[in-house]
Amino acid sequence: MNAKEKAFRVLTVHRTSIILALILIVAAFLSPAFLSASNMLNVIRQVSITAIIGAGMTFVILTGGIDLSVGSVVGLAGAFSAGVLQTTDSVPLAVGIGLLTGLICGFINGFFIAKCGIPAFIATLAMMTLLRGCILVYTNGTPISVQSDIYKAVGKGSLAGIPVPIIILLFVYLAAYILLTHTAYGRTVYAIGGNREAARLSGISVVKNEWIVYIIIALLSSLAGIILTARLGTAAATAGEGYEMDAIASVIIGGTSLAGGQGFILPTVIGALILGVLDNILTLMNVNPFATNIVKGVVILIAVLADKKFKDLSAKVNQ
Amino acid sequence: MPEDDIILKLDSIVKIFPGVKALDGVHLEIKKGEIHALCGENGAGKSTLMKIISGAHPYTSGNMYFEGEKVSFHSTKEARDKGISMIYQEFNLIPYLSVAENIFLEALPKKKNGLFDWKTLNQKAKELLDRLKLNVDPQLPVNKLSVAQAQMVEIAKCLSRNAKVIIMDEPTAALTDEEIDILFSIIRSLSQEGISIIYISHRLDEIFKLADRVTVFRDGKNVATKSIGDIGYQELVSMMVGKDISDLYPHREYSGQETVLEAKNITGRGVKDVSFELKKGEILGIAGLMGSGNIELSKILYGAIPMEKGEIKIGNAPADCGTPRKALRAGIGFVSDDRKNEGLILIRSVKENISLSSLKKICSHSFVNHKAEEKMVTKNIRSLNIKVSSYNQLGQNLSGGNQQKVVFAKILETVPSICIMDEPTRGVDVGAKSEIYQIMNRMTEEGKSIILVSSDLPELIGMSDRILIMREGKIVMSLNRNESNQELILAYAAGGVGE
Repeated sequence: MNAKEKAFRVLTVHRTSIILALILIVAAFLSPAFLSASNMLNVIRQVSITAIIGAGMTFVILTGGIDLSVGSVVGLAGAFSAGVLQTTDSVPLAVGIGLLTGLICGFINGFFIAKCGIPAFIATLAMMTLLRGCILVYTNGTPISVQSDIYKAVGKGSLAGIPVPIIILLFVYLAAYILLTHTAYGRTVYAIGGNREAARLSGISVVKNEWIVYIIIALLSSLAGIILTARLGTAAATAGEGYEMDAIASVIIGGTSLAGGQGFILPTVIGALILGVLDNILTLMNVNPFATNIVKGVVILIAVLADKKFKDLSAKVNQ
Repeated sequence: MPEDDIILKLDSIVKIFPGVKALDGVHLEIKKGEIHALCGENGAGKSTLMKIISGAHPYTSGNMYFEGEKVSFHSTKEARDKGISMIYQEFNLIPYLSVAENIFLEALPKKKNGLFDWKTLNQKAKELLDRLKLNVDPQLPVNKLSVAQAQMVEIAKCLSRNAKVIIMDEPTAALTDEEIDILFSIIRSLSQEGISIIYISHRLDEIFKLADRVTVFRDGKNVATKSIGDIGYQELVSMMVGKDISDLYPHREYSGQETVLEAKNITGRGVKDVSFELKKGEILGIAGLMGSGNIELSKILYGAIPMEKGEIKIGNAPADCGTPRKALRAGIGFVSDDRKNEGLILIRSVKENISLSSLKKICSHSFVNHKAEEKMVTKNIRSLNIKVSSYNQLGQNLSGGNQQKVVFAKILETVPSICIMDEPTRGVDVGAKSEIYQIMNRMTEEGKSIILVSSDLPELIGMSDRILIMREGKIVMSLNRNESNQELILAYAAGGVGE
């Protein structure tokens, strides 16, 4: 391998990081406040929720699936958790109920997708609507506020100067990384997305392992829902709306193939950071908030286009 | 027909891809109206050459002459406009458009007012279809056609462009014997009309049946061009491989007594009440025409298709082979006839493909031991002689023969006592074929038993100790090694005898 090929390989492997670095440099020039430690921590804190869901979304997309119900799971887990906290005042119970909500939602998604064979897009689209309805019925449309300071610490607190959501984020990604690259389960995730029938004929339990993927993402979404509720100090009926798009965008910007079978977990967190940094810099520059989405959309298109170009090029080099 | 009218001439054609010299000075002359077969192992340069002739790739150096004029195509359209058309293995038809629309897609007739002229379109299509003796409504959508009919539509497409040279890449891969006969008669009549056919096939018997001349490729060069009357089967094979393969099917001692598998009254999709026994160390061939239920039977035994009725006993105890996972656990391995869709995960590495069925072996407490995995994979790459640049190479970048060896490695690692193989050498070149046969024999020497389902009769006869012949979902005959010959098998398979 000559120097040129080596350089190219480095560029290919780290393409998402390079895009993030470029955005960071431009952002630093545009606004002096951007690089301050407090602003940086703030960005990561905000990004952590998208990134935690994105970790689950990476698993789902690697199997060739999709989960549109994550935003509703965030909202429902947050609402139930806040509701339980209000009536019982028990933080462990509130957190437990929140996570249990995710577990059940994921189990239902997995049942329809893995067991019954309904396309993931349709099953989770239905669940997205259904669960949002549950939130509205449960909350009656009014936000449930949270009083407990211990509970709020999950979203707002710090340990040794590091915000709790960031600690959770690191833990989630470490676990996800180990699961995907160092366990038999990770292999089956790639195998199912790579070629479902070949995986089945190779003796992989496709139904069971695909089912687990939807449980993982819903659990992580409910965790995100708890963090969100804790940070805002309230569970609104609209909480989590549109989160599915940010999570999917993070995975795609991270270079994971929507067709399944190819991709990595760590670039997803970079994808989420790219989206978060954009949001942040646009806010710092006092850009009309309505226009933010336009910029985000454009960046997603550019990132995916760049990714495709990179893949075409590396396919040529490898030929 | 003027005998020595050269329509296409290639002189010292060289093609260099980054890092690889795919073609190394190729000379080739195609006569007007001849059927010219090209053969060679995978990677010999046939496909690259065809892509150059049809304009899909430019050549690096050399000269190409078409009808005496020097040409260098920049696109397939340029080549088509000159009169060179290629029919790929995967057809380029648009499923929901009609036969007529597909044929004239590039030059749809219009009326004076600019509107679409359906009448002329269908009429012109009908004329072409008649010329090919294809009795199909031009208005039928292409997805309603059989594979053979779709192929005729591809040929009609070439004719609509007044093709003078038609290149066909493995045109019989998905056809039944009857359809092949029809295709051949059409190819012959095209050649009588003065159209030259360049015919690529792995099936050597077809080349002897059809071609006027054959050119053999090896390592990016043309080794020899011969009239088909001047060359024998063995000679052709040795030229392709570059060494003498005197016995493709190695001799093997077999005296199986002990029954390892007993199938009783197996019934399921396409299979009706089939019973048989398999002995230890035996290769049991299963013959049958397409739709006879032989592939289905093998998939039912492996649990890939549900069994509606019946019983499977392995080593005298009832075995649960309800799913592939359970069958594997019961000691059955399976090689699918559809390597790309069911055998390999093309977008994952050789390493991950080989270890996929035996993850337990390389894991401790569910965690992958990467060192153990690499050791296992390296051992297989060496023992099965799999040609890879590294074990991280993706499955899709391997030749057919090496892909199949990866599948074999995956199955051998599960240590099956019985292995079911559907068309194990389909789309595999002669060199790798011979290696696969040796692997199979080695397996039987280790006491493993093999069920071999194949439509390649010489292979079935050469490898099997016993052959079961299926027709309409039932076993109609069982032949021992010394009793079987192609005619007899075909007669039983087609229903000519033993009613």
